[in-house]
Amino acid sequence: MDVKLVNPFIEGAINVLRTMASVEASPGKPYLKRDQKATGDVSAVIGLTGEASGTISISFPEKSITAIVSRMFGEEITKLDGEVSDAVGEIANMISGQARRELEKMGKLIHGAIPSVIVGKNHEVRHISNHPIIAVPFETEDGGFTIEVCMEN
Amino acid sequence: MDLNMKVLVVDDFATMRRIVKGVLKELGFKNVIEAENGKAALSELKKEEIGLVISDWNMPEMTGIDLLKAVRANDQYKELPFIMVTAEGQKNNVIEAVKAGVTNYIVKPFTPETLRQKLEAVFN
Repeated sequence: MDVKLVNPFIEGAINVLRTMASVEASPGKPYLKRDQKATGDVSAVIGLTGEASGTISISFPEKSITAIVSRMFGEEITKLDGEVSDAVGEIANMISGQARRELEKMGKLIHGAIPSVIVGKNHEVRHISNHPIIAVPFETEDGGFTIEVCMEN
Repeated sequence: MDLNMKVLVVDDFATMRRIVKGVLKELGFKNVIEAENGKAALSELKKEEIGLVISDWNMPEMTGIDLLKAVRANDQYKELPFIMVTAEGQKNNVIEAVKAGVTNYIVKPFTPETLRQKLEAVFN
């Protein structure tokens, strides 16, 4: 997998959280993920098709996503409930959209499916293909989250 | 801008409906109703006199672009302001929406200020 394909998703995550929640997210060092165990308590997965295909996911621990959604809604959210999992799907959708616009500029027209959201401790995120999974951890002042990109060129 | 007009917000994600509704309320709109896909939006249009539609693109059951085409196919709604608020901002999406008669287009993520500016552009 061309690692250049990952950068638009990193930029997308930073911009979406900054614009919609006034949250500054700092990316850490990307790593190759070898298992399907989610890094957080709620994850959204989006299938991608077109001139490159695969899946992307974003996974948040409860503490960081409740803080992020609190900022998005302008009111305190304390529980990982249906509203929060819905927000995770929409965050993933916006990141995917922004990244796909950047990928279009790189000559790759890619379509994104409607996100699926998985909630629960120790859940798994299954990427569709057998291609390597690049995981990018992020930090915010309220805790971390992780993006995973699994795409074939 | 008539702040008493009924605004129909269409999005499959409750989060985005809530955010758009919040901005509209801040701007002074008093009558905001919701639908979670294009099909539900069409039945709201039959029931209510809507002055503005703000719709997502990518939704199950009936997408925003199909909703726009259905709206424009009805003579009654030829001039109805229709703003697409979507993560689908690739060139072909924008061209398709313009051809179908969209009034304005907002790419997610967006700030409340962007929505305010687009609304002013539509009504002033």
